[in-house]
Amino acid sequence: MAEAVARLLIVEDNKVNRLLLSRSVEVQGHRVTQADNGKAALEMLRREAFDLLLLDIEMPVMDGFGVLEQMKTDADLQDLPVIVTSSVEGVENIVRCIGLGAEDYLPKPLNPVLLKARIDASLEKKRLRDELKELVRRFATSEVAQDLQQSGFALGGKRVNASVMFADIRGFTPLVESQTPEDTIELLNDYFALMFEAISSHGGVVNQMVGDGLMALFGAPLPLDDCAGNAVAAALEMIELIDQFNQGRSAMQKPQISIGIGIASGGVVAGYTGTQQRATYTCVGETVNLAARLEAHTKLARRSILIDGRTQRALKHRVPTDALGAVTFKGKSVAADVFAVVTRQHN
Amino acid sequence: MSESVIDQNVYAELQSTAGAEFAAELLDTFLEEAPGMLTDLRSARAQGDAECFRRAAHSLKSNGNTFGAVSLAALARELELAGLNADPAHDLDALAKLDAAYARAAAALRKLCSG
Repeated sequence: MAEAVARLLIVEDNKVNRLLLSRSVEVQGHRVTQADNGKAALEMLRREAFDLLLLDIEMPVMDGFGVLEQMKTDADLQDLPVIVTSSVEGVENIVRCIGLGAEDYLPKPLNPVLLKARIDASLEKKRLRDELKELVRRFATSEVAQDLQQSGFALGGKRVNASVMFADIRGFTPLVESQTPEDTIELLNDYFALMFEAISSHGGVVNQMVGDGLMALFGAPLPLDDCAGNAVAAALEMIELIDQFNQGRSAMQKPQISIGIGIASGGVVAGYTGTQQRATYTCVGETVNLAARLEAHTKLARRSILIDGRTQRALKHRVPTDALGAVTFKGKSVAADVFAVVTRQHN
Repeated sequence: MSESVIDQNVYAELQSTAGAEFAAELLDTFLEEAPGMLTDLRSARAQGDAECFRRAAHSLKSNGNTFGAVSLAALARELELAGLNADPAHDLDALAKLDAAYARAAAALRKLCSG
């Protein structure tokens, strides 16, 4: 499997070593790019994609330790396998490389057979890791994938501050009954594509889709500045996108759709729920309930976006809102202040 | 005599794995680069730049090993590990030995390559 051409970056200040190593790797059929110090190497790594890094330790400007340290803190680079090739003396230096995340250590002068074996093994491991990441990404959001990678998988939650959004298509059931199943699926796919775009471009994460409804989180699993502001900005963009979408649909004589969005902010318990075999990342708590109630209430209030008092206060008047007064939702003992975000239709 | 200067097995191995032509080109590169490293060692000694001194010694050791230049590599390794000596005369003496070892290695390698 490792027979495919891989892109390798060789970082080595010594010209003889660099030429020899490049030659050995090219003979194996891989593509080689060269850098003669650590700083130049990092610039290349951030500019183009590589499959494997062969790294010397002793170098001017920035040495191999410096490169490993920087890669370790860079989310884009921390998974790139590194084989340290060096004639640096002392076990403590080798230990330091491995501690900094190097996959392997090969002493110079390099034995070509050993070099090939290590390169093939590293590339194979990277391929499996990439496949796994791709799989996780397809079924989870990249934020959840990143959180899983950083903290590992564990059922159980933590308390975080976040804004929770619920959205769905109004009058969806009659619409489903009036059109072909193919049209419904196509509509849903277009709708979700637009909603995902608006939500993720504001730092939100869609964590659940049920039918035509979705739940999105702002501030979990990864922290986000100004959760409430971002959630409301995403909501406004969603309304805007649906407007444009409707223009396209009316040109094709298709029925218009409208959506309702509820947003609440505050403490939530976030984490993976389910079983060891099948789990999902979600948030639960009062804030989540309130957001769901607000979304349901949009129909009654005849407004597209409803938010709670906490979200409204966090906006600090950056976005115009109308106070709709206190509403006592089903199953709640205390009334909640409800605000409608002013959208273009209501101007 | 040339056995102690060059480990011929190492050079033969290099020729067989990388190709004789490439080995010859690589040797040319080494012969171009090495005098600069010897100069670096002397100027690092003169400026008291321990880091630069160690790095240049390290490079010579590493390249010496690549071509099987055993005595050159051994002397360079001693300098790498010892670093700058408090007594400059001590280092200058070692550098003179290193220069001589390099001259012998270069001559022997040239002969091996053309022979």
